Amino acid sequence: MAKKLDIRRFPGFLPVTYLCLFLLYAPLIIVMIYSFNDSNSITNWGGLSLRWYVDVFWGVESEKFKTAAMNSLLIAVAAAITSTSIATMAATAMLRAGKFRGKSIGFALINLPLMVPEIVTAVALLIFFSMIGFTTGYLTILLAHIVFCIPFAYLPIAARMQSIEEVYEQAALDLYASRLDAFRLILLPLMTPGIISGFLLAFIISLDDFIITNFVKGAGIETLPTAIFGAVKQGIKPNIMAISTLLLLVSVVFVTLSYLVGRMGQNKK
Amino acid sequence: MAGALTTSKASNNSTYAGLGNLLMLPSWLVIGFFLVLPVGMMLIYSFLTKEFRGGIIWEFSLAAYDQFFFDRGLFGDDPARIEWTYIKIFWRSIWQAGVATFFCLLIGFPTAWFIATRTGNSRSIWLFLITIPYWVNLLIRTISMKFLIRDTGPLNEFLISTGIISDPIHIINTNFAVQLGLFYSYLPFMVLPIYASVERYNFALSEAAADLYASRITTLRQIILPTVKPGIIAGCILVFVPSLGAFLAPDLLGGAKTFMIGSLIEEQFKGNAGNWPFGAAVSMILLSMVLIVLTYYARQQSKSGER
Repeated sequence: MAKKLDIRRFPGFLPVTYLCLFLLYAPLIIVMIYSFNDSNSITNWGGLSLRWYVDVFWGVESEKFKTAAMNSLLIAVAAAITSTSIATMAATAMLRAGKFRGKSIGFALINLPLMVPEIVTAVALLIFFSMIGFTTGYLTILLAHIVFCIPFAYLPIAARMQSIEEVYEQAALDLYASRLDAFRLILLPLMTPGIISGFLLAFIISLDDFIITNFVKGAGIETLPTAIFGAVKQGIKPNIMAISTLLLLVSVVFVTLSYLVGRMGQNKK
Repeated sequence: MAGALTTSKASNNSTYAGLGNLLMLPSWLVIGFFLVLPVGMMLIYSFLTKEFRGGIIWEFSLAAYDQFFFDRGLFGDDPARIEWTYIKIFWRSIWQAGVATFFCLLIGFPTAWFIATRTGNSRSIWLFLITIPYWVNLLIRTISMKFLIRDTGPLNEFLISTGIISDPIHIINTNFAVQLGLFYSYLPFMVLPIYASVERYNFALSEAAADLYASRITTLRQIILPTVKPGIIAGCILVFVPSLGAFLAPDLLGGAKTFMIGSLIEEQFKGNAGNWPFGAAVSMILLSMVLIVLTYYARQQSKSGER
């Protein structure tokens, strides 16, 4: 037994793991701490206060950030709903429709947005929209977001569907349910945790995107990341740290939810 | 598992057999129309002529690629020499991405190994802790890094207050800052695939090696590393490819001397350069490089699959 433990353990790997976590979290935690700094400069520590959070919601720049946050939220919800629906259909095709022509190329297609570098997607979409004379704005941002959210929504949905055996749907068909009913009444309820988890991931991915949005947004429309980027270009101000902390917390809450929903589904099985 | 029954039935008549293409239709429409077609148009665009003030003329031209590779003097009539400016930017990007990948591997491998050798619940918590930062906005993570390492930032203040250094270390706007930013951005990408490989590793192999008096290091080198190699390659690609086209890290953490491919492309569309065909050409070159790396990866994977 002692020997078995021995071969699994390498001296120094535990400290490196702690170092890894430290490196990943330290910058974020420091920004969170400094967002509560009661000082006009970002360098000096002036005691604890919530003044920069007050500034974010009611300060000079609050209107700008509120509008941007609203844009981000609406686009993220719309992109997540659309890409989750598309991904659910694609997963059903991949896992429940047997063999068909174009299946393997279809699978490559779903993963394509992950392979093409973000900046290349951004450039291609900008050129495309300007060529076909699409005015850049909400719609172009939304379409771009739907595209790159599909693979992220697909992953948890397909993983979930793979773990559900097809016997339930087959039984429903044997009892003269239509295929639509088998999908609606059997597969979909069983799939719910995967779909929610896919939706949440797509939502965060859309909310977080900067590069593609920056290219296709057009003048005058800002999402939260592009507004933050614009502000940071003139130097990091304390209110940026407060906004960053808020956005960071939103991401963490959503990922945790997605993780818990995914696990809940597995335990039920 | 009722696997036998399900699979035999599923292969003959799946629940939605015949509906495959119908169910894939939305994916085809959306990704085909808003990714495949745009990339095709970008390819065409890279062969068009640039108009004097930013627009384009529908005339075939190799000018964009020519500008990338050749220097023909100020008026374009000197004999062509190789243009090093852009090749240097590409080389720097490859180097920066490579260094970041190396450090990710150095930290990521032990971490992945450690997590994969935990048991049950604690393993999934460790994994979750590694994944969280990935889902935090990349822009915010890069800003945090910038805040941390600037000359008057918390890192320097801490080092000065502890007396380790007397003058702030200048990190920001250096190549090292960009490497650090890339490392920080994509570290979770290294851990996850290596973890998946180690998890499948058969520890009886290590045991056999130990029984035959192999030292830990020999076991690691001769047995473990070759076995988990696919995971290591996958991790390296997942870090290297996005680092290569990164824009935020070089833009926010670097300066004029740390210009990378992403910055070069962005400048053609958003910045002062305003040369769309050239930007399209640079994007095509970047995309081709990424496709070469991915093809190499696919080959490696299928090779290790055969084994």
